Amino acid sequence: MSSQPVSVKGSGGAGGAPLRMLWPFALALAVAAFMHFVVGPNFNGTVVQVLLFAGINITLAVSLTMVNGFTGQFSIGHAGFMAVGGYVAGGLVYYLSARFFDSPQIAFHGGILSAGADYRPDPDHPLPLLSRGDLIMIGSCLAGGLVAAGAGYVVGLPTLRLRGDYLAIVTLGFGEIVRVIFQGTGPQVLFTKAQEMRDTPLHQLAWKLGGAQGFNFIPIYATLFWVFLLASITVAAALRLKYSSPGRAMISIREDEVAAQAMGVNVTRYKVRAFVLASFFAGLAGALAALSIGQMNASAYGFIKSFDFIIMIVLGGMGSISGAVLAATVLTILPEALRQFDSYRMIAYALLLIIIMILRPQGLFGIREVWELGPVRRLLARAGRGGSAA
Amino acid sequence: MRPMLTRRAVTRSALTLLLASATVFSLGACKGKGKGKEDATGPIKIGHYASMTGSEATFGRSTDNGIKLAVEEQNAKGGVKGRKISLITYDNQGKPDETVTAVTRLIDSDKVVALLGEVASSRSLAGGPVAQRKGVPMISPSSTNPDVTAIGDMIFRVCFIDEFQGKAGAKFILEDLKLKRGATLYNRAQAYSSGLNGFFVDAFKAMGGEIVTQQAFSDGDNDFGAQLAAIRDAGVDFIYVPGYYTEVVNIAGQARRLGLTIPLIGGDGWDSAELANAGDALNNCYFTNHYSHEDQRPEVQAFVKKYQSTYGSVPDGLAALGYDAAMLLFDAMERAPSLDGKDLAGAIAATKGFAGVTGSITIDANRNAAKSIVVLEVVNGAPKFRANVNVGP
Repeated sequence: MSSQPVSVKGSGGAGGAPLRMLWPFALALAVAAFMHFVVGPNFNGTVVQVLLFAGINITLAVSLTMVNGFTGQFSIGHAGFMAVGGYVAGGLVYYLSARFFDSPQIAFHGGILSAGADYRPDPDHPLPLLSRGDLIMIGSCLAGGLVAAGAGYVVGLPTLRLRGDYLAIVTLGFGEIVRVIFQGTGPQVLFTKAQEMRDTPLHQLAWKLGGAQGFNFIPIYATLFWVFLLASITVAAALRLKYSSPGRAMISIREDEVAAQAMGVNVTRYKVRAFVLASFFAGLAGALAALSIGQMNASAYGFIKSFDFIIMIVLGGMGSISGAVLAATVLTILPEALRQFDSYRMIAYALLLIIIMILRPQGLFGIREVWELGPVRRLLARAGRGGSAA
Repeated sequence: MRPMLTRRAVTRSALTLLLASATVFSLGACKGKGKGKEDATGPIKIGHYASMTGSEATFGRSTDNGIKLAVEEQNAKGGVKGRKISLITYDNQGKPDETVTAVTRLIDSDKVVALLGEVASSRSLAGGPVAQRKGVPMISPSSTNPDVTAIGDMIFRVCFIDEFQGKAGAKFILEDLKLKRGATLYNRAQAYSSGLNGFFVDAFKAMGGEIVTQQAFSDGDNDFGAQLAAIRDAGVDFIYVPGYYTEVVNIAGQARRLGLTIPLIGGDGWDSAELANAGDALNNCYFTNHYSHEDQRPEVQAFVKKYQSTYGSVPDGLAALGYDAAMLLFDAMERAPSLDGKDLAGAIAATKGFAGVTGSITIDANRNAAKSIVVLEVVNGAPKFRANVNVGP
């Protein structure tokens, strides 16, 4: 009931709607620029590299929250969507750059936003903010996300009509199918073989993704800017979804599917929506992962990788976006921080997880967000009063 | 109502992001140290990245043992340029993303002057581009995929690539066994097997031999009767089987049952204790390999003795290659005008006739190792040293 007047007002507001639509993007841009121009140059390369993976993992954990957290379904094929996005984007960036720039080297042609943290401006050859290479990269990433979303739709539509554990089994199978398909692709055309690269038609190149050997030499475009732009947009999208009426419908499915249906919620439609949206963001994150590692290897995207993200959202609290963000960040940094324990670090890592789950079985934040926790809420309320008084 | 909601939403988002960045900083800050130049008087740092845990942990551990032995030996001799060597080994769990982080950390935080790694070609292909971008030389002990050294002028290897192995097999068959008519039997679904088969056939034909038939099988095949019958009918002197030990054991047994007593010859994929399962079926069979612990050259015997007294086991090929990679690096460091990435890479590239455990190593123009290859003869399931074969680049 309460959501109705809001939605009517929202669609009727002439000047407010676009603004409300744009602020998350503005905020995401600000965060990304801050990470790229302030954090990047002032920190050691190791920290930057870990932050890159943290940002990618935040995107993956938050997108998985949309399925496992909001709608209460259990997907264990998130790495499969990541692999789809990564292969599509990596393949497009590699072959398109080789075609467009026709260079016998690993074809990186990015601007300042895609230049790594150790880039120092060269006064003789100033880099543009965005170059043609960046446009290819952005287009390829979006293509990767869209193909992953399409795969999500194909997988989700038949299985999400069912109730229970079917999605888990189907997504597990999907991940394995993706792996086998990419391992069966043809050998990669190397950048050193310019003639072969020029002579092979693009639709044939699309199938030459390296097979069991993996797809290598993908130019490195992923920087703190792109990674945190995506992470911030994903977080903003998840937050707006959670507090919107479709989001409420999704959460009602998690709480009680029959009751939700009785209330008029189209259960299948909302499950599929959440699943496709999550696949889209997972595909984008996979694309940026490929562009930061420079390699796609299908064997690294099995269901074990999917469990990494499940651990993150369980630890953060199923359905809590801020919990997923925190857990993804901590779980990415932790193995690096534990390096001094040498080969015992994985034991230390596992022990920490076990201890946290014993102390907080509902995850760090439960199903709530950080600002909904008692102490934080009181703090916010006090700050809000102070703000209005001044 | 609405603006209120929006403002709250802004606060919420901002808070989430703040929280994330706060965590990042607090955890990141403790690792933010380590800036500053490479210390010119303290020990020289070198890095090794390997899968010390995970499904391929034995590869990483063997290699690391070999490298440690080399470092100890060099330090006992007084180090390099009067400075001690200090080795930093990081585990990558056999994962590409961990590999990138480990290599970045070795270069940016630990300031190593050179890198050793990895065994698996796929991980060398993930770590190599980082080393290349940051201008730190890297020597792979045992990645045989030709693409690895194509990454750039900072990437080297001390093992042979499969092209050399195919040539060495061909040369051994023609000159040592004096056989001229052969057949091949390979796994078409496997990059290693089909690649090596192609290299061998090309080399054997170029050297004047004749390949009568090339038979193929696929992953998971257990019955090779049809292919072996075709080979028997072709009347050849030997069969080249570029596969892994699991297939070879099966193939040998079935061939002997069909009455084929001609020699089977293969590559380093045969190297395993499992060959003992074939019993005497593999007698009169040979394979090319990186090294044999029975080789009587003094370098090999000294290494085997030291390794056994330190670790209590016979060193495998990976340990020997790890040892050679480190020793070759120290040799290049000594010759290099400085330990700067470019100077050091130049010195490694200029390596000629380095006497390693796995043979005499010369780095060629493509930064691959041109070296002698060992041929082993299987005697009642145990590989015995047979010959050294030298193949020009």
